[in-house]
Amino acid sequence: MAEKAVIIVHSGDLDKIYSAMIVANGALSMGMDASLFFTFWGLQRLKKNGLDKGPLSKMNFLGLGKWMVKNRMKKANVVSLEKLMTDFKELGGKVIACEMTMEIMGIKQEQLHREWIDEYGAVGTYIMEAKDASITLFI
Amino acid sequence: MTETNIDVRGQTCPVPLVECRKALKKAAPGDEIVIVGTHPASKKEIPMACEAMGLEVMGVEEKDNEWKIRIKR
Repeated sequence: MAEKAVIIVHSGDLDKIYSAMIVANGALSMGMDASLFFTFWGLQRLKKNGLDKGPLSKMNFLGLGKWMVKNRMKKANVVSLEKLMTDFKELGGKVIACEMTMEIMGIKQEQLHREWIDEYGAVGTYIMEAKDASITLFI
Repeated sequence: MTETNIDVRGQTCPVPLVECRKALKKAAPGDEIVIVGTHPASKKEIPMACEAMGLEVMGVEEKDNEWKIRIKR
């Protein structure tokens, strides 16, 4: 069995979604398995057209900071979150959506990118994923 | 045996690593992947990934900030 990285994606902030997606794709690229458990503010990013809609975790300045950072990222040729997610799925990455968050926030499956989601689960699903993982992060 | 060429010149983290992995996934055992890029960290990280996956790096060349890595699947 391959080594595994499991990440809890709790934040919906743009910069932190980037961190999670880059680490997850890095793990797959190094031959590991990878799972992303989207919960709370992170789960909002699985809504249709929502992946890059989060604010910056710092210096957002009502969106001005985000706009500036996005411009800088474009200049540096940083790839889009959509592309990172497509690659993540192509390389066999697993996406888990937190059911409790869906219930609390009144999110229905049809509001989410269902084609990305492999499983809907709760804490037990995370523990089962993470107990044999060599890397686990909370972002 | 086929040879696949990948051009990730101008691309940054994590694209060179991801594109390399995608090509390896599609390749058959014995196939060769030749990847060309400019992202400095990837020059050492692609061989690291190959080592982690038990694959052979057949050569790393560098010329004018551009590197070329040949891998056997």
